[in-house]
Amino acid sequence: MPEPTQAERPQTDRAMIEIRSVTRSYGAFKALDDATLTIREGEFFSLLGPSGCGKTTLLRMIAGFDNPTSGSISVGGQSMEGIPANRRPTNMVFQSYAIFPHLNVEQNVAYGLKRLKLGGTEETRRVEEALAQVSLTGLGKRLATELSGGQRQRVALARALVMRPKVLLLDEPLSALDKKLREQMQVELRRLQQAVGITFVLVTHDQYEALAMSDRIAVMFGGKIAQVASPKEIYQRPVNRQVADFLGGMNFVKAEIVEENAASLVVDTLGFGRVRTDKPKAFVRNGGGATLGIRPERLRVLWDNATAKFEVAGKVVERHYFGEITHLIVEIPGLEKPLSVTETNDFGADDIPVGTSIRLAYDPEALVAMAD
Amino acid sequence: MTAMRRFFAGGWLTAYAFLYIVFLYLPVIFLPIFSINTAPTPKFPLTGYTLKWYEDLPKTPALLDAAWNSLIVGVSASVLATLLGILAARSITRYRYPGRRTINGLIMAPLVLPEIILAISMLLVMLQLGLSLSLFTVVLGHVLICIPYSMTVLTAGFEGFDRSLEEASADLGESAFGTFRRVTLPMVAPAIISSLLVCFTISLDEFVIAFFLTGTETTLPIYIWGQLRFAAKLPGVLALGTLLLVASFVLMTVAEILRRRAARRTQNEGGLYA
Repeated sequence: MPEPTQAERPQTDRAMIEIRSVTRSYGAFKALDDATLTIREGEFFSLLGPSGCGKTTLLRMIAGFDNPTSGSISVGGQSMEGIPANRRPTNMVFQSYAIFPHLNVEQNVAYGLKRLKLGGTEETRRVEEALAQVSLTGLGKRLATELSGGQRQRVALARALVMRPKVLLLDEPLSALDKKLREQMQVELRRLQQAVGITFVLVTHDQYEALAMSDRIAVMFGGKIAQVASPKEIYQRPVNRQVADFLGGMNFVKAEIVEENAASLVVDTLGFGRVRTDKPKAFVRNGGGATLGIRPERLRVLWDNATAKFEVAGKVVERHYFGEITHLIVEIPGLEKPLSVTETNDFGADDIPVGTSIRLAYDPEALVAMAD
Repeated sequence: MTAMRRFFAGGWLTAYAFLYIVFLYLPVIFLPIFSINTAPTPKFPLTGYTLKWYEDLPKTPALLDAAWNSLIVGVSASVLATLLGILAARSITRYRYPGRRTINGLIMAPLVLPEIILAISMLLVMLQLGLSLSLFTVVLGHVLICIPYSMTVLTAGFEGFDRSLEEASADLGESAFGTFRRVTLPMVAPAIISSLLVCFTISLDEFVIAFFLTGTETTLPIYIWGQLRFAAKLPGVLALGTLLLVASFVLMTVAEILRRRAARRTQNEGGLYA
């Protein structure tokens, strides 16, 4: 693998893929419903969502294996309408890897090059280069059947990268690997993308995978794009409860809107009192209510006589030990649901007895408002 | 104690397995043994070693005709049955539709129907259709009984053929025809060849249907049956039988090797992600 690049590769703002009002219907069912999205050149972009959300449908339409019922897709400024998969500037890493079992590693990687008629030495050079990129140097003569899952995945990557596509499409490429290998490959994929500078579009249902690798993420539900933003913004400023929930644990607290202006909201809650928060861009008021969310790790246990500017008091009702962290369920007077708190174990959170009264500190910045 | 028990258990099992094999293959062993015996009657003790029964075979025009007919019928039946088998196996392994299992069952049914009943029914149908009996009608009969075997071999080869392989080929710039030539065909070729060999072997050895559906031309099994009336011709029949046995055995072995190779290729791919 290439050395990790410390500074992130600068991205341009030029659009690589433009998806305009794309709908894909199967009879009455809409697998993708009026999706509009721009993916930038050199970006690592993830389509994240549960199964059936339309993410794979969208990826397959970019690749040319499926066509929009309406709307248009362009890649590199060129409309893809009527262009079959074999003449698109995209290459794909399949979920099943789709390694040709009757060919060895080298022949698999050279498969697409054969048609380009590069000549033997140039072809060999490019195959070698691609194998080196994915750390498979020396395994060229192996048959697909003699490879481990992780190695097959690298062959699939090399086979696509060797074509020097404008866009590399990855369909759940890590889902067949075990946890440890998956985490290692996440890092490697990100490095590889930074090194080659090709636009990567990843489809995944694993939120950690998307957060760890992407420059930007589109979260999708039921054929619609719910939010497009950087991993940090998606995680910290989800536009609604569905997105917040999908990205990991979140405490939801009922709130009454007291004041609303262009940039901020003031809400009343039972547990956290009156809170002023930034108003999310996508916030659309729906009656007088709203929901405040706070991630479990943004609530900290206050030890002994320590005080914080913002705190809530409650009682521990459950404790779950997870090795490096402990999960506390804390009942707060006035809140209909107890709060989940994730605390690191370095100060002994794993020893707090159930039934203890504790105080929790929080930063009002960590509270995010969502429309009901 | 356990060692002793294991010895006895192992001993009994070994003996059983040995008897089993003897029961299966003893009759078959007699054929080659008597075919190289000098005496014209198949009796022990053996009188001497000779190859003259084999040497006489190519000098019998009726036998050569029968062999030629068998070859024509075998090749036609195996090609036709395999073609039809490819279409059916592709549909059953590739698509999901209502009645898929029923259709599969109906295609496989001739395997367990009594051959003589099949032969008589086919004879009736052919006569009703006004077809005159010939090698062509034998071919039709053999296609019918070969399709289940062809299907068994081909579905094993096609099963798990990952559709994304063809998509991957297109994704890498290959045309539809190029994909068929460079991916689909090499992947399924072993299964197809295996099916051809199995069907050919079955047609070559088949007697009942050929007997009912042929006109004046004979195939090898019918020729052998005719020769059995003459005691003096028996050693020649044994020699011919031995040759057929060896041919069948070789063809089936090659077919099985190819079938396994085809199944391994596709299933290794599909199995991992199931």
